Amino acid sequence: MRYPRADRNAVDGVSVEIPAGSFTVFVGPSGCGKSTLLRTVNRLVVPQSGRVFVGDDDVAAMNAVDLRRGIGYVIQAVGLFTHMTVAQNVGVVPTLLRWDRARIQARVDELLGLVGLEPARYRNRYPRELSGGEQQRVGVARAIAAEPPVLLMDEPFGAVDAIVRRSLQDEIRRIASTLNTTILFVTHDVDEALRLADRIVVMREGRIEQHGSPEELLQVPTPYVAQMFAIDSELRKYDALRRVL
Amino acid sequence: MSYLSGHMGEIGALTLQHLALTLAGLALGLAVAALLAWLVMRVPQSGTPVFASAGVIYTIPSLALLAVAVRYLGLGFWPVVLILAAYAQFILVRGIVTALREVPEAQLDAARGLGMSATQELWRVRLPLAAPVLLGSIRLATVALIAIATLGGYVGAGGLGSEIFLGLQRQYLAQTLAGSIPVAALAVIADAALRTAERIAMRRISG
Repeated sequence: MRYPRADRNAVDGVSVEIPAGSFTVFVGPSGCGKSTLLRTVNRLVVPQSGRVFVGDDDVAAMNAVDLRRGIGYVIQAVGLFTHMTVAQNVGVVPTLLRWDRARIQARVDELLGLVGLEPARYRNRYPRELSGGEQQRVGVARAIAAEPPVLLMDEPFGAVDAIVRRSLQDEIRRIASTLNTTILFVTHDVDEALRLADRIVVMREGRIEQHGSPEELLQVPTPYVAQMFAIDSELRKYDALRRVL
Repeated sequence: MSYLSGHMGEIGALTLQHLALTLAGLALGLAVAALLAWLVMRVPQSGTPVFASAGVIYTIPSLALLAVAVRYLGLGFWPVVLILAAYAQFILVRGIVTALREVPEAQLDAARGLGMSATQELWRVRLPLAAPVLLGSIRLATVALIAIATLGGYVGAGGLGSEIFLGLQRQYLAQTLAGSIPVAALAVIADAALRTAERIAMRRISG
């Protein structure tokens, strides 16, 4: 996959199988192609060559709209619809799927509870009345509203502060264990990857550097991955120091 | 004042005619502008020629343009509607394109990613979010068209212009005022009403 006027392929020669029901985290520096790869799954990006399968279906052969309604999608910028209430946002995909109103309402309340927002308090609020962390909780609820078998998350917690991020990470881990959803999660934060993943795919300049379980990567990392872990832990030490001082 | 009170019925009818001219011109103008805006969004290179042509039309004196329109369409309602629609392009095309382009990318990305079709994205996300800017340009166009529609008085399309021009011809100030005061009032009322609509739309979306 190459973008117009780019000097190299954004994603190149990637072949990876993601087990159904797993929590797979794609990690790497910005520009490594991890978001692009993610967006080929719901066809927001169409690769010049290569194929993407969801289950047994080649996404290129599917109707893009139907495909996307079956895939949850969470982005860093959240992208809540500012002219809709929280309930309307969460109910977007069920509405597109023409569920009846009572079923949508019940599902919205169930989801708000699941992401830790009390339905009675939040249902009728507008996104502008929510904190960043609350907005992303709504974003997650919106993405999983119609119980999609696949959930794509593109740096979902990148815009919130460290403490909120930590609690959102715990929540998504908990939600992942209650749903039977295959989650593809993109981040540049190695710590976050280790905390969440069943499987980690490390990307570098559009290619896969290494993939496996977190334990495998920690035990036998390639030199690049070892360096990435080391830098990350150094950074965290500085961070901790800064907090103490 | 006595002229105005003596001709209430007439002035009322002319005001309705004036509104009809303005609304017909605005409706046709919006339809054409929507098509042109769609073209500009689909083919960005078409932006420059489209905006330039709308600008050129805007600089032609409206009376001259009306004379040309009458040459082809005859006297009456339609030449006026046509030039009103043509004048509105300058304000409306740019307004629509700007409004649609200012919709935050994150919300469009989410709309597509969640599986909205292009039509659903337009009606459920793009248009509501673009509404305040859109209404703003419709307001500007409406006020301008209310003023230009007075030219209808010259070509037998009626409207408050006929009162104004008759009054000028007869050097009868009261009659001229009986035409021009309602025109001004129409413009002020339209401006206020659309401003209110704009504010409501803005309150709904301000994130």
